[in-house]
Amino acid sequence: MALSNVVETPASGFNFENVCRNVALEGLLQGGQTKAPKPMKTGTTIAGVLCKNGVVLGADTRATSGEVVADKMCAKIHYISPNIYCCGAGTAADTEKTTDLLSSNLTIFSMNSGRNPRVVMAVNILQDMLFRYRGQIGASLILGGVDCTGNHLYKVGPYGSIDNVPYLAMGSGDLAALGILEDRFKADMEMEEAKELVRDAIHSGIMSDLGSGNNIDICVITKQGVDYIRPYQESEYKDKRQRRYKYRPGTTSILTEKIVPLELEVVQETVQRMDTA
Amino acid sequence: MNTRGLRSQLKDSVPVTGMGPQVGAYGVQDTLRSGFSSVKNELLPSHALELSEKNFQLNQDKINFSNLRNIQGLHAPLKLQMEYRAARQIQRLPFLQSSHLALDTLKGNDESISFEDILNDPAQSEMMGEPHVMVEYKLGMM
Repeated sequence: MALSNVVETPASGFNFENVCRNVALEGLLQGGQTKAPKPMKTGTTIAGVLCKNGVVLGADTRATSGEVVADKMCAKIHYISPNIYCCGAGTAADTEKTTDLLSSNLTIFSMNSGRNPRVVMAVNILQDMLFRYRGQIGASLILGGVDCTGNHLYKVGPYGSIDNVPYLAMGSGDLAALGILEDRFKADMEMEEAKELVRDAIHSGIMSDLGSGNNIDICVITKQGVDYIRPYQESEYKDKRQRRYKYRPGTTSILTEKIVPLELEVVQETVQRMDTA
Repeated sequence: MNTRGLRSQLKDSVPVTGMGPQVGAYGVQDTLRSGFSSVKNELLPSHALELSEKNFQLNQDKINFSNLRNIQGLHAPLKLQMEYRAARQIQRLPFLQSSHLALDTLKGNDESISFEDILNDPAQSEMMGEPHVMVEYKLGMM
């Protein structure tokens, strides 16, 4: 229905109308037994290492929601463009949407210009976007890629800060992973050695941090292409399903059956030739 | 729409629903349309980003135009703003959906995707304004 107190069309973008409602709900819930639902965070260990002919990115696969493991096979290494991949830590939805937006923008750019985007372009777009929202978008990202200027590895914080170093770790398990990286990183490593180093870093994050766990994913980006190994290593504590939990056909018995044929008669028939030239 | 009332021109670039006192004619609260006013109702908790998002596009434009003026001289932002003003006039009446194609192409919005394109699409808005009221507001007659 047409409302007479609406004088302009609503602005697109974020809508802050529910802020008052949320504040009121918080007040109500504090006194009560229930708590507000926690957003799904990735409480992660992600790491990246620059090696001789490319970049190696690694991540664990656990997503937590409060104290519960929400997803045991979460994909934290996101596709940005054919030569750039991004690991995301922080709020799962935020990292997902931010990397999707970045990927779409870079696709439009590469269609317009006919080139593969450079890693600095991705980093700048991310920086502008995250700083605009003053850290309310909780996405900590590690971007790695190979472009015409070489191999690059960048870290972008939720407020838009960037860091450009040869080895990085982020997430709740980053201190554990950084310990391994600081100890064994050397400049210009071989590809296999770099993969082992990243695997060990993520492994130490999984062992020492509650928010990280399950399997390890590795993504190797070189000039020739991308090798996304998922999972690179499966956790030894994987559960095996005891039985099939799907319902067998015939579980629900049919009591009665009534068939009513729907009679249709052809009223009018027209043929239109399709021009396929 | 060549004739624009001054008040609608002040507000038209930043449409925000339900924020601030509902000012009617003569500068006082429009009791008929928005009910009785009280200070308590207007002191609402707001989000940290609400104010900065409201003016974000305006501020960006100001920064860009002032940079352009410093680099290339006054003619550059003047010409661009003239084009923007012309493109902004190509639209339907306020209660209908206009595509803003010319304006988007000038601003470069046709080559990028941001949260403005995904969230809260005005074409899918559940609220519809009264056509007469919206046109009167736009012309500054309200």
